[in-house]
Amino acid sequence: MSTAPKTAAPAAGRAATKKELPEHFKAYKHVWVFIEQERGQVHPVSWELMGAGRKLADKLKVDLAAVVIGPEGEATQSAAAESFCYGADLVYMVADDLLADYRNESYTKALTDVVNTYKPEILLLGATTLGRDLAGSVATTLLTGLTADCTELDVDADGSLAATRPTFGGSLLCTIYTLNYRPQMATVRPRVMPMPERLTRPVGRIVSHPLSLVEDDIVTKVLSFLPDRDSAKSNLAYADVVVAGGLGLGSPENFQLVRQLATVIGAEYGCSRPLVQKGWVTSDRQIGQTGKTIRPKLYIAAGISGAIQHRVGVEGADLIVAINTDRNAPIFDFAHMGIVTDAIRLLPALTAAFQARLSPHSRDRIAS
Amino acid sequence: MHIVVCIKQVPDSAQIRVHPVTNTIMRQGVPTIINPYDLFALEAALELRDQFGGEVTVLTMGPPSAEDSLRKALTFGADRAVLLTDRFFAGADTLATTYALATAIRKISTEFGAPDIVFTGKQTIDGDTAQVGPGIAKRLGLLQLTYVARISALDLQARTIDAERRSEGGVQMLRTRLPCLVTMLEATNQIRRGAMADALRAARAPIVKWSAQEAGVEDISKCGLRGSPTIVKRVFAPAARSEKAALIEVGEQPAEALIDAIFKRQPALETELAALARGY
Repeated sequence: MSTAPKTAAPAAGRAATKKELPEHFKAYKHVWVFIEQERGQVHPVSWELMGAGRKLADKLKVDLAAVVIGPEGEATQSAAAESFCYGADLVYMVADDLLADYRNESYTKALTDVVNTYKPEILLLGATTLGRDLAGSVATTLLTGLTADCTELDVDADGSLAATRPTFGGSLLCTIYTLNYRPQMATVRPRVMPMPERLTRPVGRIVSHPLSLVEDDIVTKVLSFLPDRDSAKSNLAYADVVVAGGLGLGSPENFQLVRQLATVIGAEYGCSRPLVQKGWVTSDRQIGQTGKTIRPKLYIAAGISGAIQHRVGVEGADLIVAINTDRNAPIFDFAHMGIVTDAIRLLPALTAAFQARLSPHSRDRIAS
Repeated sequence: MHIVVCIKQVPDSAQIRVHPVTNTIMRQGVPTIINPYDLFALEAALELRDQFGGEVTVLTMGPPSAEDSLRKALTFGADRAVLLTDRFFAGADTLATTYALATAIRKISTEFGAPDIVFTGKQTIDGDTAQVGPGIAKRLGLLQLTYVARISALDLQARTIDAERRSEGGVQMLRTRLPCLVTMLEATNQIRRGAMADALRAARAPIVKWSAQEAGVEDISKCGLRGSPTIVKRVFAPAARSEKAALIEVGEQPAEALIDAIFKRQPALETELAALARGY
């Protein structure tokens, strides 16, 4: 992404005059996904990326490889085995007990070495705190392009990775290319790509690569790790039903109406970005490009206008229901269903109606 | 102790408007602000300076008007401001940006003393990449601590720093060596109200302004658009869904009508919601 103000817009002109890929980059082949494993758990975003990577690899007619980095032992072996079930043709593995905890120095070394040795043309990572920490270091070491938080990945007719992401604070989308450098790197946030089907497949070819470090080489030490309490974690990103509120609610007190509806229908609650910026709701509840991406079966958006940065976070929902007083609000451009009314009035009625409808008592009545 | 804080002047995203026909950003009249995430970095730096002594230098790359953000940072109490401005920097992606900023930090080291810590915000609100901090660290060979919620200890004799780093499933307590780069997490502190003396000083303080050459850039082809491996090929607004949202009539019982419509469209949801609701 451009981080400096543009005086003109020569980018398009430059892209149009694509140079021939330098000779030493022509050896870069295949699509890779970094499998993010922390404390024995593979982050689901890695499997979501395997699904996206599989499509790119098929289109390019190349292999899809998973890169598994972690400590020696069961967890890393099982992450490698699982990678095949999610579509890997082969796995590159760096297993060393120095990699038990994520540390930037050791993981950057491990991933950079494997890239330099086996040369992928595309490298995908999850846009998590780990993935972003690692991707920035690896891309700078390799002096290649890195596109953050992509919402769509595709390959062009000439085989270049076309990475689309929101820009200008989420008010527009842009498609970014890394034409003359390899690998082409991109990160994708959790839940942006659908979870692919897991197929039972045998373990295939695993290429092991050594970590050329000893503990004394790694300056940073992990003193301890405090896991989050389960109760402190919101399951927003992976919830089946989500209710969210926006500025249309008018006051922080009215956000209670969202939470009440969420409780009655067993949903997680969330909000749009302005509510976090105003301090009405904590940032772990923010839905959108800079918050959580959700893919629920039902999403009810109350008093949310539907800016692009919000839209990219909810488009994967099966059914989007919008409640807004403004008939011209952008949310009605991508909601499946809507009602033009004041959410402050409708939400309590909706909560009561759902409660009546969903109670076991009323279900008996329907059955009879 | 010397601390460098990298800040960025960004358009206030809450006020960005997109032209409905041309799909271009309407920049006119959009006010600029210091990237809000950078204020947490600046406050963390000022707190360390107040506790351990030393100086805080704020650094930004941008057009000449970015001076406004530097002056604002001085009103909060930063000691020195450096503006990196040159048309050669225009159009830089994150890799080219880190080249320019790392070069400028080297120059700051020789002019004003090597930094013990370089701070950045977690990310910017316009680019949202979170790549510039790690990129600067890599180019300068600094150890990096990203998504830091709290600096729990700093030992200038032993040259160590302890920090709480937010990871996906918890908090990592890390110890590393100075000099290092820290990206601060949001809502970890509250930017101070500047003192009157700082405000008066900021209004008149000289801002150090460097062109690419003055900052010590040796290879201009690594700067700006030319130095950027990524290319923005297309900027566009997403298309509306082909079918418009089905609008429910607001009649006597809008809530019931809406629920009927939801269950009519997705019949399986009724059973699933009942099951979910029972779980609460």
